[in-house]
Amino acid sequence: MSILVVMEQRAVQGPPAWSRMSWETLAAGQQLARELQQPVSAAVLGQGIEGLATELADKKLDHVYVVEHDLLKDYTPDTYTAAVRQLVEHKQAGIVIFPHTYQVRDFLPKLATALGRVAVSDVVAHRIEDGKLVLVRQLFQGKLNVDVRFTGEPPYFASLQAGAYRADHIEAGSAAVEKFAPQLTPSRIKPLELFREAQRAVDLTAAEIIVSVGRGIKEADNIPIVQKLADALGAELAASRPICDSGWLPMERQVGSSGQTVAPKMYLAVGISGAIQHLVGMKGSKTIVAINKDANAPIFEVADYGIVGDLFQVVPALVEEIKKAKT
Amino acid sequence: MKIIVCIKQVPARDSQLRVASSGAWIQDADLSYEINEPDAYALEEGLQLKEKHGGEVVVLCAGPARAAQTIREALAKGADRAIHIEEEDLGAFDPLGAARLLAAALKPENPDLVLTGLQSDDLGYGQTGVILAELLGLPHATIIMQVEKQDGAIRVKRELEDGWFQHVEMPLPALLTIQSGINKLRYATLMGIKKAKNKEIRNATAASLGAGSATPSIQLSRVYLPGRSKQTQLFDGPPKEAAAKLVEKLKFEARVI
Repeated sequence: MSILVVMEQRAVQGPPAWSRMSWETLAAGQQLARELQQPVSAAVLGQGIEGLATELADKKLDHVYVVEHDLLKDYTPDTYTAAVRQLVEHKQAGIVIFPHTYQVRDFLPKLATALGRVAVSDVVAHRIEDGKLVLVRQLFQGKLNVDVRFTGEPPYFASLQAGAYRADHIEAGSAAVEKFAPQLTPSRIKPLELFREAQRAVDLTAAEIIVSVGRGIKEADNIPIVQKLADALGAELAASRPICDSGWLPMERQVGSSGQTVAPKMYLAVGISGAIQHLVGMKGSKTIVAINKDANAPIFEVADYGIVGDLFQVVPALVEEIKKAKT
Repeated sequence: MKIIVCIKQVPARDSQLRVASSGAWIQDADLSYEINEPDAYALEEGLQLKEKHGGEVVVLCAGPARAAQTIREALAKGADRAIHIEEEDLGAFDPLGAARLLAAALKPENPDLVLTGLQSDDLGYGQTGVILAELLGLPHATIIMQVEKQDGAIRVKRELEDGWFQHVEMPLPALLTIQSGINKLRYATLMGIKKAKNKEIRNATAASLGAGSATPSIQLSRVYLPGRSKQTQLFDGPPKEAAAKLVEKLKFEARVI
């Protein structure tokens, strides 16, 4: 059962460039190949991507498939689904893995459905049991894990969560680079320009200490409670997505997959349960402190220090103690 | 414009979850339930589009009898009618099986636009909308932050990583998965709640839709608490005491204060 890694590239500014998560997926593909003693190949889709593909030629892979077509220049779910489907069927790939990016979320379920399969999305780990692949994914925003097995016939599809596998574990070697020309028709979906909203006034990535607030703060009027903590520490105030969605803090202060990715000396999470979309934006922080009323909140899985308790009591006490410690 | 919004009922956000003794799912008997949050935004978007362009908003929900409460709340907010695919054990369906149920109920309605939340807070596959689009043969776009109706088409704003966005256009009918925060949620009014009592909820089942459970192609075998990647030092006691212990560690061990 051969393994196929579908790498992602995007031309956001300038020429096509890799999505960094693709390298993690490549490392996972090589690991699966070792464990299952099966060949692993990689594919990249787009137009004008030969240069990128050569970067894969010195990796330990069976083949590198360069899937090029004018209609793959700008991503659409229709064209990408058709192209990957043709490649998977032609090469008879058994396990097909993807990075769990926004783009993959947009077309992988369509691809799996077209082949009568179900993709296992957002995988955080795997193991092999009796020669069979068992995938681990999260439930309830990371509060629980679940083991998932494929019960039908291959091909099996899965997407891997950011940070679940390490890109620095890629094995060098050599790979045969092969072109693959899919048969495509224009999509009904017309992709237009990529853009960013107005320049960010707040650069959270420069902050040494970040105090970040989540749903536990309950209402907008309570924001000053955490602002006082940020002031006492000389920290920037940040937030998880729901706080910015509700307009309690501006979007530019959002940490997480759709906001900023930060790695300060200290990240103090107040009333944040720690859904994966938030964790990917801050788990590289040097010291992580969590204050949350739920001892099982996933934020404690990454925290170095924590207080399980009511933030409305803990945070004011903390402000007092910090002031004392600083004098 | 005829809009169908797919909603799901999930355990309330602050639920204390316990793994059932079978290890196959959670203990769900004593939980309270609410609308899946991204679906609430999808419903709001549907209601706002109807207010701007006229038409009808139909709510579609697959779930056990208790889901009727969530459906009533959607009607109270302004949806015109609802279809409830009553299934006591949705766990027997994989994402493709569940989407087939929804597709079977959707098809005869011939909607102009189908909206779903981008993912559910319980299973979190983030796939139902896209699978549904493929089953119905509709163009789709995911993680949408803005919807603009044009003549026979829509222009939407897709969210991408790291603060990037993209505009995408497609003809109607189409399917969109909606991101939380796209709009401001409304509350049901007293008048809305009153009116909801007389609105139609049509009941269907997998059998009545002719979409019996196909054999699932993935199987959830065991649910468990995740392991910790770090040893967390937890401080307890009264808040003042816990805070003092934490600050001491931050000052002398982590050296960040």
